[in-house]
Amino acid sequence: MTLATAPETAAASRPAALLRRFRTIPGAVFFGMAWLALMVLIAIFADVLRPYDITRMDLMARLSPPGTSGHWLGTDELGRDVLSRLIQSVRVSLVIAFGATIISAVFGTTLGFLAAQFRGAVEHFVVMLADFQAALPFLIMSLAVLAFFGSSMMLLVGLMGFYGWERYARIARGLAISAGAQGYAAAVVQLGATPRRVYLKHILPNVASTLIVSMTLTFPEIILMESGLSFLGLGVQPPDTSLGNMVGFGREYLTTAPWIMLAPAAVIMLTTLSISLVGDWLRDKLDPTIR
Amino acid sequence: MSFLLEADDLVRIYSGRSGLFGKAQPVRAVDGVSLRLAQGETLGIVGESGSGKSTLGRMLLGVDPAQGGSVCFDGQPMPATGSADWRGLRARMQMVHQDPLAALDRRLTIATQIREPLDIHKIGTEDTRAARVQDLMEAVGLRPDQADRYPHELSGGQRQRVVIARALASDPDMLVCDEPVSALDVSIQAQVVNLLRTLQQQTGLGMVFISHDLKVVRNLCDRVAVMYLGRIVEEGPSEELFANPRHPYTQALVSSVPEPGKRLDGRVILQGEPPNPAKRPSGCAFHPRCHMASDICRGVIPELHATGEGRTAACHLVTDATATQVA
Amino acid sequence: MIRFVSLRLLRAVMTVLAVMTFAFLVLRLSGDPAQVLLGPDVPQNIIDDFRADWGLDKPLWQQYLAYLGAILTGDFGLSMRGGAPALDLVLERVPATLMLTIPALLLKLGIGIPAGVYAALHRDSTIDRGVIVLAILGFTVPSFVMGLVLVLIFSIHWHALPSGGFGTWQHAILPAITISVGGIGLLARFSRSAMIEVMGQPYIRTASAKGVKWRDVVRGHALPNAAVPIVTIVGFMVGSLIAGAVVVETIFSWPGIGRLLIVSVSNRDLAVVQCILLLIAAVMVVSNLTVDLLYGLLDPRLRSQPAH
Repeated sequence: MTLATAPETAAASRPAALLRRFRTIPGAVFFGMAWLALMVLIAIFADVLRPYDITRMDLMARLSPPGTSGHWLGTDELGRDVLSRLIQSVRVSLVIAFGATIISAVFGTTLGFLAAQFRGAVEHFVVMLADFQAALPFLIMSLAVLAFFGSSMMLLVGLMGFYGWERYARIARGLAISAGAQGYAAAVVQLGATPRRVYLKHILPNVASTLIVSMTLTFPEIILMESGLSFLGLGVQPPDTSLGNMVGFGREYLTTAPWIMLAPAAVIMLTTLSISLVGDWLRDKLDPTIR
Repeated sequence: MSFLLEADDLVRIYSGRSGLFGKAQPVRAVDGVSLRLAQGETLGIVGESGSGKSTLGRMLLGVDPAQGGSVCFDGQPMPATGSADWRGLRARMQMVHQDPLAALDRRLTIATQIREPLDIHKIGTEDTRAARVQDLMEAVGLRPDQADRYPHELSGGQRQRVVIARALASDPDMLVCDEPVSALDVSIQAQVVNLLRTLQQQTGLGMVFISHDLKVVRNLCDRVAVMYLGRIVEEGPSEELFANPRHPYTQALVSSVPEPGKRLDGRVILQGEPPNPAKRPSGCAFHPRCHMASDICRGVIPELHATGEGRTAACHLVTDATATQVA
Repeated sequence: MIRFVSLRLLRAVMTVLAVMTFAFLVLRLSGDPAQVLLGPDVPQNIIDDFRADWGLDKPLWQQYLAYLGAILTGDFGLSMRGGAPALDLVLERVPATLMLTIPALLLKLGIGIPAGVYAALHRDSTIDRGVIVLAILGFTVPSFVMGLVLVLIFSIHWHALPSGGFGTWQHAILPAITISVGGIGLLARFSRSAMIEVMGQPYIRTASAKGVKWRDVVRGHALPNAAVPIVTIVGFMVGSLIAGAVVVETIFSWPGIGRLLIVSVSNRDLAVVQCILLLIAAVMVVSNLTVDLLYGLLDPRLRSQPAH
């Protein structure tokens, strides 16, 4: 590849130019990336990193403050190690948020493509679903479903997977329609390609970067939603633990042992903050058209 | 004589809405058009923007379904748009678009895209497909080292060559070119037109060439149909039609083309507003701009009728006998 | 315009109907309320009587039609615990919730929008950076963390404000602040980017080039145009006046709709939960509808487009 033959539009998306734009990373974004990398590593290696089993009680050392030898972040009301529980919580919360983000993206994109392909009744149906989602705050809807069907990991991930789907649906539909109106998609249809080929091989790769940017918006919101539900006692159920769940139980000991609640609270904040920072920055770099 | 493509009485109506309070107003984009295209023939369709020529092009391919009339390709009626039969037929009829950058997928290399019709229609094996792509690139004048380029790394003319190579990949019988050179630099237009002519002569495919550029059409086409507000107003062999236009609209179009060494006397200047498909005048749609319009033109839509060997025109004032007088 | 309004109204009605169906399905499909309420050891005839009383013995579609019919006539059923009309139970909690959410809304509007507009007009200044950081912090901190931290500081550490309960106006301060923080951040960020976008438009440059005073450019041209996107967010906030306090009411033991919802959900009190869901949805739909119509007035270009 030589620069001489590249016309004006080329510069933006060529690898070299892309690298150049990524070279200067603001400090806050760098911190966010480092924190997220740490969280992902903790989630992957939770089993190895955990000093104790999360249910192991040490009744002699109940409510030990942070800094106690053997319990860096202290212990809770049953003498369970806060650091070990925190590590496990990071894993559970990240797995839920990750799974739900993927489900939401797949579900929303599929509906968006269906709406773009069939228009008419299908489109009205998707709009109706989005209206429904807008009318019933997600937390309220989840409360009702979880309370009456009982909370399980599968249901929780599935339910969270409905969070934010309408965002993907709107983007996917809009981009697919504009590609199909006169652009490359119409041209490929004209070549005789099946709708399946048009959507999977052509439209999806073209809208992927926009969808990934939307995922950085949905991901922290799902973490917040899950921790809110767990805080209310309707999310992750004991003996398993998640970040929100730890805050919820730690709340009882706010006066005597605030570290039980503060450690997971800090992790939630830093994680969502990091994703927001990195996501904003990615959005500016990759996709100047959406804000 | 059997034709490659036979279109009869095609109608396409859009429901246009004017403003928030306006009533839905049917816009007759294509209004009763009949065409014939023989194997190996090049048919030009000319007209101003809004004349319905692009819509007609898509209808001939079956991309836009006809709301009235019929299209027969190779003696068979056009299958329903989007059906498996219709998709299969794409291997035999292809299109070259106006804007090559929009028609190409910016995330795939040009070799992948030229190859795509072969993959879609399962033509040949891995090896023959790769070889075919190389041949096609050579035929349209692309260098082999450009195979792995992306569309935005090429110039406008090169992109249009890619689109042409892709359209020819499945060895089609018919090619519809919708303003294939109007988005290109003037310096490149001639190259691409010459390429199309060469390829057409080599492969013997039937070609419909849609353009507003009379010079290009005259240069390239065997026969020409002139469209005005969704109807064909005149049709005939290219040389004769341009040398001796009969319909007043064609006369105005032809005389608007400047020619070196020719004085500007006697030019017919078009008057009035450009045609608006949503407000189609009564009778002959051209009458408000016609310098010869009479009462009958305002009331009765003229039908196409023969005005000579292989020629037709839709004008009340043009008959076989009077044809020469009008000109 | 009439066409637009009537289409939008139809959609609103359909949405409420969808929420009603959702509430019905979730609550009826999740298990037999008779078993849950009466416990496992109750004789079969008592269970049958209970089911007959509440219409639970009929086929599902008959229950559904009866349910729709009852709601349309304003009958939201009786609480399965205590037997009081569900609607009354719910409505008597509304004022308590509004006592928190309305001051919180005023805080959001009064702080968020001016901060965002100021930051946009002084782009890249220290204050702008500060506003961005605080705004991001504001909406990344979950409300339950914010609430507990405020309690830790103001109630436990300084003993300045009550940590929970209901009664005096001091009780409302911490919950109201907790609710407002996220919204302030969101509004500040949104109005900032809306203003920046508007300020870059050619008509702003034209106005300043014509010699219009800077203050008048901002007031007369920039603000009205930036208002269009901001209205959407504000409409959403108004719509969640009822629903937006579930977590915070739980933290501060505030006897509003949110607490009632959590309690009724754990008691499986069908009628009350249904009633709350419908109330929340109705408020949301009305405010979304208002925003859409307001949008039509503010920005004529949007009238003929589908809202999706």
